Amino acid sequence: MRRRDVMVGLGALMGHEAGAATMPWLSPDLPDGTRAEAHLVQVPGKQPLIQLSDRPPNLETPIQAFRTAITPNDQFFVRYHLAGIPDAKQLDGWKLEVGGDAAERSATFGLQQLNDLPQTEVVAVCQCSGNRRGLCTPHVPGVEWGYGAMGCATWHGPRLRDVLKSVGVKPEAVEIWLNGMDEPVLSATPAFHKSLPMAKALADETIVATSMNGGPLPILNGFPARLIVPGWTSTYWMKHLSNITISAKPMDNFWMTKAYRVPAGMFPVPDPFATQSNAATWPITDIVVNSLIATPISGEQVERSGFKVRGVAWDSGNGIARVDVSLDGGKSWQSALLDRELDRFAFRTFSLDSGALPRGTAELRVRATSNSKESQPDAWRANPAGYHNNVPQRVIVTVA
Amino acid sequence: MKKRAIRFLLLACLLASPAAAQRAPLPPGQGKDIVEAGCATCHSLSYIPMNSRFMTQDVWKAEVTKMRTAFGAPIDDDAADAIIAYLVANFGAPPK
Repeated sequence: MRRRDVMVGLGALMGHEAGAATMPWLSPDLPDGTRAEAHLVQVPGKQPLIQLSDRPPNLETPIQAFRTAITPNDQFFVRYHLAGIPDAKQLDGWKLEVGGDAAERSATFGLQQLNDLPQTEVVAVCQCSGNRRGLCTPHVPGVEWGYGAMGCATWHGPRLRDVLKSVGVKPEAVEIWLNGMDEPVLSATPAFHKSLPMAKALADETIVATSMNGGPLPILNGFPARLIVPGWTSTYWMKHLSNITISAKPMDNFWMTKAYRVPAGMFPVPDPFATQSNAATWPITDIVVNSLIATPISGEQVERSGFKVRGVAWDSGNGIARVDVSLDGGKSWQSALLDRELDRFAFRTFSLDSGALPRGTAELRVRATSNSKESQPDAWRANPAGYHNNVPQRVIVTVA
Repeated sequence: MKKRAIRFLLLACLLASPAAAQRAPLPPGQGKDIVEAGCATCHSLSYIPMNSRFMTQDVWKAEVTKMRTAFGAPIDDDAADAIIAYLVANFGAPPK
């Protein structure tokens, strides 16, 4: 038996069902099969999360966690592509190798060497490219995420730029290649490697996080070090970061050239990932503007004298200009109050006092607009992989 | 701090009761054993019910082909046909 087989076996024993808790608030827009399969599971170090698969672990954050701008570590979602996730012994031997054909030299970093570099902090949304895929119409194959394949945390560590400078970047560098300690089960499966263009790799906000919300990163969120790429979807946020390669050529593998791509031009971005783009498709990069009502939740009974609507809005880093809430299924809209901005890449919390409502059913909707005037479209811009679903969320409540 | 976190994980692994690989076992049917052998090597079978029921035969076929060509699943043509037939019969989009 290969070492990997033993480890994968252990991985499947990690969680247990979180009592008889049900999730009446799971969106009816999810596929029926997803609604039947999804269940609350508690894995070590986490509160109960919505398990969509256990091997590899794909665990979604319940919507109730998004009442605040910071998502606690023990409620942060978990997403792996491949079941060979590193075990405790392997993580104990973690180190970060930095080098490549476009590096002046190579170096090995431990946590101490990362901590010795200048430190910085960013509050940023980590959102899976496929967040809300399960809510797409028509449905698209993949991990059928609802609203919770995202979270926002305070990330702390050195800038990637300073890590790269410590080995020297040659002028011919075109991409930074990334590898983490998770591995495929079969050697024939492409390992999860990703790349970044130089501009984003050298950007102020891009850091190697060794801390999350003031503590160590949870193992399932990339312990001990994870790349943080604020404003971009989390496919680039390599967990258990083990190799950084400064490369003179674009990465050519399944995860860059086939997966995580969107139709060219469908989602305009200020700075396209040129070395990975072609006439037909681009890599997914910038997060689209989005918003979520975290309270009340669908199925809840609310007071007719009035209740507070609260939630979060976010985008790729332009910042949120306004959030509008409808209490009548989209017929009329009211401007919500925005709380102070923690960071341009962070969740921006909002609230709205509903005022008195007639008894019966009410449909709430929410729509955010960014400082670059990007707003949420009425219909999902359909793309084959089910990305960028930012159709305004609907919440159905009973006014009693 | 790191060592403590790791010890906690190990302890928690020992204490936690095992979770089912998926919510409900796959329904009986021709090809079920081939599905279990072919798919569960790399991922839990929960991916199958999670992706139902909205995929037509063509879409299920494309998924199985992706697993073979992109992910290197060691599934031969006969096994692939059996897997697709089982998935379409048990998890395919209902006829319109």
